[in-house]
Amino acid sequence: MALLEVRNLRVGIGEKEILRGVDLTVNAGEVHAIMGPNGSGKSTFAQVLAGRGTFTVTDGQARYKGKDLLALKPEDRAREGLFLAFQYPVEIPGVSNAYFLKSALNAVRQHRGLEELDAMDFMSLVSEKAKLLSLDESFLKRSLNEGFSGGEKKRNEILQMAVLEPTLAVLDETDSGLDIDALRVVATGINAMRGPERAMVVVTHYQRILEYVAPDFVHVLFAGRLVKSGDKELARELERRGYSWIEEEFAAKTAGS
Amino acid sequence: MASKTEVQALTSQEYKHGFVTDIDEELAPKGLNEDIVRLISSKKAEPEWLLEWRLKAYRHWLTMKEPHWANVTYGPINYQGIHYYAAPRKQPKSLDEVDPEILAMYEKLGIPLEEREQLAGVAVDAVLDSVSVGTTFKDKLSELGIIFGSFSEAVQEHPDLVQKWLGSVVPYNDNFFAALNSAVFSDGSFAYIPPGVRCPMELSTYFRINAKDTGQFERTLIIADQGSFVSYLEGCTAPMRDENQLHAAVVELIALDDAQLKYSTIQNWYPGDKEGKGGIYNFVTKRGKCLGARSKISWTQVETGSAITWKYPSCILQGDDSQGEFYSVAVTNHRQQADTGTKMIHLGKRTRSTIISKGISAGRGQNTYRGQVRIHGSAVKSRNYSQCDSLLVGSECGAHTFPDIEVMSPTAQMEHEASTSKIGEDQLFYCQQRGLRPEDAVSMIVNGFCKQVFLNLPMEFAVEAQKLITVSLNLEGTVG
Repeated sequence: MALLEVRNLRVGIGEKEILRGVDLTVNAGEVHAIMGPNGSGKSTFAQVLAGRGTFTVTDGQARYKGKDLLALKPEDRAREGLFLAFQYPVEIPGVSNAYFLKSALNAVRQHRGLEELDAMDFMSLVSEKAKLLSLDESFLKRSLNEGFSGGEKKRNEILQMAVLEPTLAVLDETDSGLDIDALRVVATGINAMRGPERAMVVVTHYQRILEYVAPDFVHVLFAGRLVKSGDKELARELERRGYSWIEEEFAAKTAGS
Repeated sequence: MASKTEVQALTSQEYKHGFVTDIDEELAPKGLNEDIVRLISSKKAEPEWLLEWRLKAYRHWLTMKEPHWANVTYGPINYQGIHYYAAPRKQPKSLDEVDPEILAMYEKLGIPLEEREQLAGVAVDAVLDSVSVGTTFKDKLSELGIIFGSFSEAVQEHPDLVQKWLGSVVPYNDNFFAALNSAVFSDGSFAYIPPGVRCPMELSTYFRINAKDTGQFERTLIIADQGSFVSYLEGCTAPMRDENQLHAAVVELIALDDAQLKYSTIQNWYPGDKEGKGGIYNFVTKRGKCLGARSKISWTQVETGSAITWKYPSCILQGDDSQGEFYSVAVTNHRQQADTGTKMIHLGKRTRSTIISKGISAGRGQNTYRGQVRIHGSAVKSRNYSQCDSLLVGSECGAHTFPDIEVMSPTAQMEHEASTSKIGEDQLFYCQQRGLRPEDAVSMIVNGFCKQVFLNLPMEFAVEAQKLITVSLNLEGTVG
């Protein structure tokens, strides 16, 4: 059974249709990259998987671990191991990074029938993961994302992922706004998470991150559909040629049909 | 949309301290006239000077008009429809004599006196309606020369102290509600900390409005003599009622040279139902005077209750190098209205003041910060820092800020920061995506918002305050 199966997913916001029938199958252990030009619906797809209420699913279905994903509340999807690394992580003043992450971890652990971690055990776990992302401990005491640089916010997302150990991680433009050093650190964090039980969907505009996080499959999202799939060669081709040829191909196809 | 409907559902839970305890009450007839003032005074066997003071206040009150400048609306108050005196019939001399029903009521509220006594090391002067029903730790405090007890007791036992300081910070003619209080105040708390003494425990009083149609007119007076330190806690809950109940308390604080006085309040009076019916009107005058050099007065308040709140704990910074602080969290939910803030009056040289105000509005609540900072010409090199933040939960509530700054000294420094934010759908979704339930997420966001204020509360109060905020926003049950 596939970990995630999306069939003919149609999604809109208000009157506007953004996804026009997306099909995607993700198995455990696989890394899928979803690329596409701006406004093609990449972020919408990532957020809809996580259950964002701003969007309306008008048709299609999504099964995750055999369950009807779209019927689950966002927090239940998270507890079931679906993690979204946000493109724009939000700030919560006065709530420490560590306190937030501990609450999240314990919510997830409780759901999995595990005992809650106390402050000591939590700190030793999180410090170890933080080292991997070159984050020092003072970082954990700061208010969640408040006053963080762009790079710190993205590293913090990956830190949360490392601590929460999801089954399916959806990374929404995690590479955007990162300089090359930060990108390398983030990619190291992501690669450390790869494993036979875990799948990832990497949403990105640029091919750059895929040089570090080698995908098994690359899909191109255009005009609300996955119009082309391939391996990482496809990503390189997109880097070389841009997205315009996809557009032309798509136009020719729709004209022909 | 997750946010709007969910937040509304979360904020529509009911007040849980609504119950009425059946205790025999001795009531004065409804209404107010000179005879009632005399009756109150004679019930308490007060000295002549105090009766005269009350009568002066009453006569002055008759010439005053109820103020309506606050950003709140309510129906007319019938001052002749209120009982101005109510007392439990049995007057206990010790805890053993306290009416078991009253003790049971404290149990219901989760504040058993005995437990507090043993576990928390808090001396509780419990005020039920108007008369003190139990005082603890008195012996221990009196060894240090600390006087702590009911106001009436202080009038009998330390009339010189009361006469010296009563009305010295809030004069009987200060404002409409203070004048009313001065005329008819029934009881309250009194504390005096002698020179150089550090009060070894938090002094605490629990107020509770209980009698039907009974106005509450508490009078509190705390004097911290030279070089002393005291921390005083005030906390309240009230039972469910259909009529609006008026509460017009006066609190006066005095700090002499090098003294430090910290006054913390948790106020959780019945706010009325979802439509605002039956809540308590809380019109309070609280003021501290830093009379001595290098003295310090610090107000911390967590206001979650009442239908209407009109309250400005203030500091008069008279002594050179004295300091005033005001830390406030005010929550309004459903139809609650709060107009609260502070006044910092700088008179002495190099005086400093800090104002941190956090207003939270939910449901259709209206929250107003009103602050005045006045730095007089005499207050050379004085400083003020003010920060007023508002948080909106949902889209039908309101936040308002009226800062008033008057600087008459060229050497003064003033800073004022203000912000308004809303618990966004994006914040909620982010927390949910990490596995948190929306109610836990809102509670976390709100407590984060209040953190700067909670840090100034004594530890056990801070925990209580966090819970209270959660309860007030009706997020209880799933948190913890």
